[in-house]
Amino acid sequence: MRLAEIVTAGVLALMSIYLMFKSTELNIGYIPEEGPGGGFWPFWLSGIMLICTGLIAFNWYRRTSPPSQSTEVLLDGYGKRTLVLVGGGLLGFIALIDIISMYGAMVVFLIYYLRFLGRHSWKLTAILSISIPVVFFVFFEALMRITLPKGMKFTEPFYNFLNTIIY
Amino acid sequence: MEILGLLTDGVLVSLMPINIMLILVGVTLGLFIGAMPGLGSVNGVAILLPITFLVPPGSAIIFLAAIYYGAMYGGAISSITLGIPGASTAVATTFDGRPLALKGRASLALVTAAIASFVGGTVSNVLFTIFAPLLAKVALIFGPPEIFALMLLAFATFVGLGGDDIPKTILSICLGLVFAAVGFDEISGAPRLVFFDITGFLHGINFLVLAIGVYGIGEMIWTIESTRGEITTTEAKMSVKGIVADSKEGMRRGWKGTGVGSFLGFFVGILPAAGATPGSLMSYGVAKLMAKNPKEFGQGHPGGVAAPEAANNSASTGAMLPMLTLGIPGSPTTAILLGGMVIWGLTPGPRLFTDQPEFVWGLIGSFYISNVFALIVNLAFIPLFIWMLRMPFTVLAPLIFVLSVVGGYAATQDMHDVWLMLAFGFGAFFLRKLDYPLAPAVLAIVLGPIAEPTLRQSLLLSSGDATIFFTRPIAGPITIIAIILILLPLFKVILTRMRGGDATQA
Repeated sequence: MRLAEIVTAGVLALMSIYLMFKSTELNIGYIPEEGPGGGFWPFWLSGIMLICTGLIAFNWYRRTSPPSQSTEVLLDGYGKRTLVLVGGGLLGFIALIDIISMYGAMVVFLIYYLRFLGRHSWKLTAILSISIPVVFFVFFEALMRITLPKGMKFTEPFYNFLNTIIY
Repeated sequence: MEILGLLTDGVLVSLMPINIMLILVGVTLGLFIGAMPGLGSVNGVAILLPITFLVPPGSAIIFLAAIYYGAMYGGAISSITLGIPGASTAVATTFDGRPLALKGRASLALVTAAIASFVGGTVSNVLFTIFAPLLAKVALIFGPPEIFALMLLAFATFVGLGGDDIPKTILSICLGLVFAAVGFDEISGAPRLVFFDITGFLHGINFLVLAIGVYGIGEMIWTIESTRGEITTTEAKMSVKGIVADSKEGMRRGWKGTGVGSFLGFFVGILPAAGATPGSLMSYGVAKLMAKNPKEFGQGHPGGVAAPEAANNSASTGAMLPMLTLGIPGSPTTAILLGGMVIWGLTPGPRLFTDQPEFVWGLIGSFYISNVFALIVNLAFIPLFIWMLRMPFTVLAPLIFVLSVVGGYAATQDMHDVWLMLAFGFGAFFLRKLDYPLAPAVLAIVLGPIAEPTLRQSLLLSSGDATIFFTRPIAGPITIIAIILILLPLFKVILTRMRGGDATQA
């Protein structure tokens, strides 16, 4: 945890510097008759962030904040596994949306999570991973008329068919 | 009485079929969300806000307020039956609720919690009805410097009273404010902070993308990672006869705690940053101090359940007061409600009371109705909720993730925001592990679009002279209080050192 604390502070410091630099694309000073320029607000806020990361590093050096005293690792084996399996699953879910549509990705994600992470029966997995996307489809497409991403071309015939039902 | 007339109109608005249905659904959903460990009213409101675009704004906010309300009741259920708080607002409920459950008196604890919540809700509703119009009238004379001073006060309370690491809290606030600045500069119209020239940043970062990322993804992964152990449920047998007997006992032994919680909770709830969690903890402490036999607290005393439960309901209404009248939220959940109001095209603040009386009074009326429904639904469904608490997290978690992803998309209908939300989720997970408070960032991204223009307008009014925040009669004291609050932690350190002890060694 101690290493993670200082690394995170370092990353946040770099981010603050980048944000300060990015803010200077607009005027960061006072323009007469116009008030503070567009970069004024984000520039000084990023500056305060930079100071805060300095203070976090100082507390790390003095070992006053709880994470800087902790001898625990940030992520133990279980933590890493959780992050890879759950976080990776989510990443896959979102990546699939543009390929096999929101609803298709939902089915895949639910099967993955319920069956492989949750180790639930195939029966429960099937019931949930079919009924949930159906509920979402009815709610968003039929009731709210909000179209969720339909993925690549090949899903078109399928959704055209569904649209003939709801419209 | 003008207020009574307006309130009657408001109650009638909330009794419209669509609203009453939304209240019922909202309260039930809220109870469930509040009861699930790891999910609180913030998560519920953040994840469900995008689906409220279906109904008119007045009904949408009634729905979300009902969720908020229900979650305050629901938090007690898991605190008592599982021994782990369903939400941070119900932490204090475990102190006496769990011992009662272990003694086989889970039903007494649950009934006491429900009644205390009802009383707390009722007291705070009455206080709200009295104070809101008054405060709104005062707030009508506020100009940009006063509003900016209020924003400063909101952030200062997080720093001074939040209790988290100070540099990390300030960093979190600034990060939220900078994210709010992404998109176009409102005054010059120039694109600003468009990172790596990705066009998705041109429409800015919607606060929901950050809120769902933090509460729907980051916190969920954190909960899955940190609650690796098995959770055991305590059985609670309920019968009508038992409920009547328990209500009598709960009221007899818990009335003092209920009273303390109802009033203290409301006033702590009004303070930005404070909200229901400190409100309930403080009420528990005060109720314990006032008890005849303080040693009974912690061993399973109904008063120890009543005080925090009355307080968290009372505080949730209290937190709505500054949100509606001044446009500054009193809690993370109200920050999200405020963001929702902006999306619906309503400008929170004093003008709301004169421009949209039907909306305001409909919402206030709905508090009363929600409170009654929450009590009934809570008492009727306690056995069902206990059964549902046994639902494995591996079923609930994917449902929440799916809702989060769809909600993140529906808010702006742009895949860029879904990816951004995932990035925020991962970031939030790591920051959460390292004790960075994230509620201030969510609050800041909501308040940013109000804080920045008011600062710039104020400085324009004074031709760049920052003393404008100190010299105006209303802005001045607010700014000074804000500065004192920011410096409060520093004073504490100095005080400790002057007493001879080195704060860092202690």
